[in-house]
Amino acid sequence: MTKEPRKAAPRKAEKKQKQKVETTGHSWDGIEEYNNPLPRWWLWTFYATIIWGVGYMIAYPAWPLLERATPGILGFSTRSDVAEEIRRFDEMNAPLERKLVEASFEEVLADEELKSFATHAGSAVFQTWCIQCHGSGGQGAKGYPNLLDDDWLWGGDLESIHTTIMHGVRSEADEETHTGDMPAWADVLEPEEIDSVVEYVLQISGQEADTGLAEAGKVVFEDNCTACHGDDGSGDRDLGAPNLTDAIWLYGGDREAVKESVLKGRKGVMPNWNARLSEADIKAVALYVHQLGGGE
Amino acid sequence: MSDTDNTPQLYAAREPIFPRRVKGRFRTLKWIIMGLTLGIYYITPWIRWDRGPNLPDQAVLVDLANRRFYFFMIEIWPHEFYFVAGLLIMAGLGLFLFTSALGRVWCGYTCPQTVWTDLFILVERWIEGDRNARIRLLRSPWSARKIRLRLTKWTVWLLIALATGGAWVFYFTDAPALLHDLLTGEAHPVAYMTIFILTATTFTFGGFMREQVCIYMCPWPRIQAAMMDEDTITIGYRWWRGEPRGKRRKGADVEGLGDCIDCNACVNVCPMGIDIRDGQQLECITCALCIDACDEVMDKIGKPRGLIDYLALSDEEAERAGKPVKPIWKHIFRPRTLFYTALWSAVGIALVVALFIRSPIDVRVSPVRNPLYVTLSDGSIRNTYDVRLRNMHGEDREFTFSITADVPLELSLEGEDDLTVLVPADSTKKQRVYVTAPRGSPAATAERTGFRLWIEDAESRERAYKDTTFSGKAD
Repeated sequence: MTKEPRKAAPRKAEKKQKQKVETTGHSWDGIEEYNNPLPRWWLWTFYATIIWGVGYMIAYPAWPLLERATPGILGFSTRSDVAEEIRRFDEMNAPLERKLVEASFEEVLADEELKSFATHAGSAVFQTWCIQCHGSGGQGAKGYPNLLDDDWLWGGDLESIHTTIMHGVRSEADEETHTGDMPAWADVLEPEEIDSVVEYVLQISGQEADTGLAEAGKVVFEDNCTACHGDDGSGDRDLGAPNLTDAIWLYGGDREAVKESVLKGRKGVMPNWNARLSEADIKAVALYVHQLGGGE
Repeated sequence: MSDTDNTPQLYAAREPIFPRRVKGRFRTLKWIIMGLTLGIYYITPWIRWDRGPNLPDQAVLVDLANRRFYFFMIEIWPHEFYFVAGLLIMAGLGLFLFTSALGRVWCGYTCPQTVWTDLFILVERWIEGDRNARIRLLRSPWSARKIRLRLTKWTVWLLIALATGGAWVFYFTDAPALLHDLLTGEAHPVAYMTIFILTATTFTFGGFMREQVCIYMCPWPRIQAAMMDEDTITIGYRWWRGEPRGKRRKGADVEGLGDCIDCNACVNVCPMGIDIRDGQQLECITCALCIDACDEVMDKIGKPRGLIDYLALSDEEAERAGKPVKPIWKHIFRPRTLFYTALWSAVGIALVVALFIRSPIDVRVSPVRNPLYVTLSDGSIRNTYDVRLRNMHGEDREFTFSITADVPLELSLEGEDDLTVLVPADSTKKQRVYVTAPRGSPAATAERTGFRLWIEDAESRERAYKDTTFSGKAD
């Protein structure tokens, strides 16, 4: 065996090799197209997808018509799927909801699973029914109480919050609703009495006030306001009378706003939710509101 | 449409391939690698690893339901998915490295398609005989014997396929429990469905599709060509030695003929059905069986081995021109492979470092911005933070909160009397945290004040923190 290189032979063979690939016979300006045939099974796969497509159109909603698409013989619809899913979840949650209704608040708070369920369910209820007035963060707005702070008109423990949500505030449809109005004092008090009592309220809430007028206002306050707001102005939760000595104001705490409240009176309304929400939902949303930061 | 003249056929039926049995170094190596890879695949889910009472004791487990990945002493949480991404990058770079150095060794030795096809061909040979017997069987009309052989073969294939699909699902849940459930029919439908699909694909790909998968379905043959150059050691035929090829007949003139006796042994053993003497081609998975086949023949006719050999294109050309060839290490260590090695090592080192510096506890703070702050009845300003605590320890841990700030700020927790929270083993816990600035204090009146929220593991004294801001009631 000699190791002499044989250059000619491979070249010839390589050339021959190149000629083996067929062309499609197409030629453009001398450029030819190789024909490397696709495997036949690939073609069958392609036909299979067409058959599958036809079957799909028969089985599932497909052709858009004027009113709706062709329904398909399987009766599939995403809407009924959602309905089915909701039903399934309702069924799954039913035992927890029952447990939630039967348990006392203490028992709920002691049970991690139940507490977590109630808080999440309550959040959903809140985002659906409550945010229109109280805001999506529960921060409220003028005339709609902030549920995050530590000041409560009708009480901030779980039972009180629950009662308020159940029966509402000044809700005509519920006999057990919270009642107690702030009357309009414009027709009862003299203008200067009103000015002075406003100064007094500013004073007891720690704001700048005319001390002379406030002195007179104190008398007006004692004669007219203490029945609800208390001797020291700290309010009365049985009547929903706000604490006038703190930093939180439902309708604003400056001179103008306080005067407006005295002149026109205030009576905000909240619906009694026992007419619309289930017992479990109300309990859940009470627990949710309680853990927003202000609960007592 | 006329098919009469020279209209070419655009579709071609598969040419059946009957790889002949071969013995040799590379065949032995392939048997060993097949044993190792299949062994690893089937045994891994059954290895146990004690992680304590709260965690699974399966060494390798992809726990999708609980979003955990366990690999022996390592536990990966979803937020650490970059480890998996890093491993995939390393796998890619490793493939580049091996391909540029040694050609398609992945395809030839370790690719599951190759390994299982090899196994299926082995079964086929046991049941139906070697190449010639199989060709005869294919051409023979249907008979009781043919049906029996075919059915036996398909049954064994199906059992292997079933075991393949069956082993896969064990990686995703506790293997012994799942095996029990599978056998008693109580396992989740997803498990059965997965097994069914993988059984079907293994059966089809290993038994019937074989080289079609490599040629028409797999993107690697196309991509890997870009990793190879004239220095890559791959499988080649020594033209200068073999040509012109010719059969050695008694008394015939053998003068001027090369070493190739055109016995077609290399073609007959090829699982891809190609002729390596045509040069490197897309179909070649470099399984090296043609080397073994040719070496066997060369031994018989008393010629040196290596007519078909692992060699680089540049070597073949050098040999042809009578020049010295490069030593092997010069083929392996060249800028391209060193570059891939450097990249591969860099990612690997980064992953190992990341693995060692990761903390088993962590805290995430997201300030509640709806609303930014709340005024309390005493005029103080309060901010709320949704805090997520992470405890990656295998046992429950208590964390104590604290803050460091330049201005007076007070800390309290929702639903807790003190500043301590219990986080269960191997889980996270969401806790609402309140920070309050006294009325008129700097933080209460400034738009934003920075502070640092700490947690400390009461037991191990490990600490973690996050910097966040306090929003005040600025005028």
